[in-house]
Amino acid sequence: MPIKTYREAINEALRQEMEANDRVIIIGEDVAGGAGGSAGGGEAAGGVMGITAGLATRFGRDRVIDTPITESAIIGMAAGAALTGMRPVAELMFADFIGVCLDQIYNQAAKFRYMFGGKARTPLVVRTMIGAGMGAGPQHSQAIYPMLTMIPGLKVIVPSNAYDAKGLLIQAIRDDDPVIFCEHKSLLGDSCEVPDEPYTIPFGKAAITRTGSDLTLVGISRMVKFCNEVADRLQKDGISIEVIDIRTTSPLDAATILESVKKTGRLVVVDEANPMCSVASEIASIAASDAFDYLDAPVKKVTAPHTPVPASPTLEALYLPTPDKIEVVVRDLLEY
Amino acid sequence: MQLSRDQLLSAYRSMRTIREFEERLHVEFLSGTVPGFLHLYSGQEAIAVGICEQLDDHRDYIGSTHRGHGHCIAKGVDVKAMMKEIYCKKNGVCGGKGGSMHIADLDKGMLGANAIVGGAPPLALGAALSAKLLKTGGVAVPFIGDGAANQGTVAESLNMAAVLKLPMVFMFENNGYAEFTAASYATAGSIEARAKAYNIPAVTVDGADFFAVYEAAREAIERARDGGGPSAIEAKAYRFWGHFAGDPQRYRAAGETKELRENHDCLKIFADKVTQAALLDQAEMNAIDVEVMQLIEDAVAEAKADPQPDPESLYKDVYVSYN
Ligand SMILES: Cc1ncc(C[n+]2csc(CCOP(=O)(O)OP(=O)(O)O)c2C)c(N)n1
Ligand SMILES: [Mg+2]
Repeated sequence: MPIKTYREAINEALRQEMEANDRVIIIGEDVAGGAGGSAGGGEAAGGVMGITAGLATRFGRDRVIDTPITESAIIGMAAGAALTGMRPVAELMFADFIGVCLDQIYNQAAKFRYMFGGKARTPLVVRTMIGAGMGAGPQHSQAIYPMLTMIPGLKVIVPSNAYDAKGLLIQAIRDDDPVIFCEHKSLLGDSCEVPDEPYTIPFGKAAITRTGSDLTLVGISRMVKFCNEVADRLQKDGISIEVIDIRTTSPLDAATILESVKKTGRLVVVDEANPMCSVASEIASIAASDAFDYLDAPVKKVTAPHTPVPASPTLEALYLPTPDKIEVVVRDLLEY
Repeated sequence: MQLSRDQLLSAYRSMRTIREFEERLHVEFLSGTVPGFLHLYSGQEAIAVGICEQLDDHRDYIGSTHRGHGHCIAKGVDVKAMMKEIYCKKNGVCGGKGGSMHIADLDKGMLGANAIVGGAPPLALGAALSAKLLKTGGVAVPFIGDGAANQGTVAESLNMAAVLKLPMVFMFENNGYAEFTAASYATAGSIEARAKAYNIPAVTVDGADFFAVYEAAREAIERARDGGGPSAIEAKAYRFWGHFAGDPQRYRAAGETKELRENHDCLKIFADKVTQAALLDQAEMNAIDVEVMQLIEDAVAEAKADPQPDPESLYKDVYVSYN
């Protein structure tokens, strides 16, 4: 099977869905780039990270729409177009910019279906880039999915690898509800086997990336990679770790997590987001509430601290959960 | 308007310092020693300096952008502490926690560079409101790119400033591009006309001409201090580098930046004007160049040698107090 990067997998999903359905359009800042430029106006970027490269050239600027810098209008326009017959994929360049356009997501798109008495369909996808690891500082590095996960009406997707990114994005584009698709900037260059043909991965279906019996590690987005690494390390010491990639924070696959915890009796949740009111907290509470009788040890979280993301790469490394930090917590919990 | 020799020398030093700072950072960035993203201000020096030379350290505030180094230097932020911040080191102006896009120095009336496009203008409203209520006579100046001009926050801030008659100068820097997209595509109508639509006096000037910026800023600042409310200036600007250091600039015609450096270099234009008018001689400016080169050399060396931030600093200053 061909090997593709996370970036390429997303590009391929967009390309295939645009080929399949001409109502699928892309809206964002510099998703093509070059408009009005002295080089002649041709596509010059394909997104700041090159994820949408080639799409404007392939599908034209009517379907790959470069906008002014105006996130409220970008997301609102995409939501309104979704409500009226299009299937827009809006790009919010860095997830941190959600601060500029949250109303259009929170009070508008997320609530249409419910408050319009079930009459609306809003097949909107917002692709956005999350996460630390590039020294990009406090306003370009946040993992903001918890605040979106708490909003009824939104689906929130956190792919941890290229295969999932493609299948989940195609699912997102075909889905009739608003979906926030969180791409981790530190995963863009990671690669794995990705089929050429289009395929979907259902929402709310976690993946078990390592099977084990001693402890369950639940990871989100980039943290799945770290969890796998810890599981592989510990296996050499005869410790058997099960790793679960939740893939989507909303809907959340509680069943798979509970089943695993009932088997292992121990749970550590690893989350790059801040610790308060987080997805990690939610998962811990589900285990405490619905697997209490099976737990042999307290549930632990490994998360970022309750601080902004510092610009300094040295401090940023301390901020992030790492395989080493996870390993310490796992070993401690196994001793409990 | 007649500037004294000292004022001219000070303006020249400030512009030259910005240029050297940025050109050196470009070299350092490409050699891989600088973390994060870098947006260089080379080419736009006369705009920051043309207005900031007329602002006071304490009572006047500026709100900056992702392309903020020039604004900071012009407003008097310590060059060495800035360099350390860009290297994210312990003794940087923000202790290494902000980096290039968040340099801030409230003691110098610098409300922060800003990584959110359109983030600063509302904050500048607040500084202007404080100045008005506290009767400091202070003025607030947000710097706003042609791209940022399209954010809702900018329209909201123009209107609010006009309604409340706040002492402000909206300094628009139209360098023709927002990232990889031209203003001719993304910024409809004219920025000057947008300000005028709110009954805000507005002018357009050549941002490569220090004297044109200075004069427009002088009038606008005077109006603000006299209780006449906000003004706007649209300065046509020239971005010598790409959007960020390392940008391949596929959207720009070959030779465009070379042409800008040849024909729209604010430092050359300044030097020509002051020597032709016999206000300064070239030797004086050359002497400043030598001092500035040394300053930047030292700033880079000290930034590289500065220690990393203390690990505990990660947890500090989230709040003033948390109880
Ligand atoms: C809210 C927000 N949207 C988008 C960006 C990404 N971004 C950073 S700088 C920039 C272009 C800004 O253009 P302009 O205002 O003209 O300033 P210039 O870069 O030309 O100085 C963009 C789109 C951002 N940082 N914040
Ligand atoms: Mg610009």
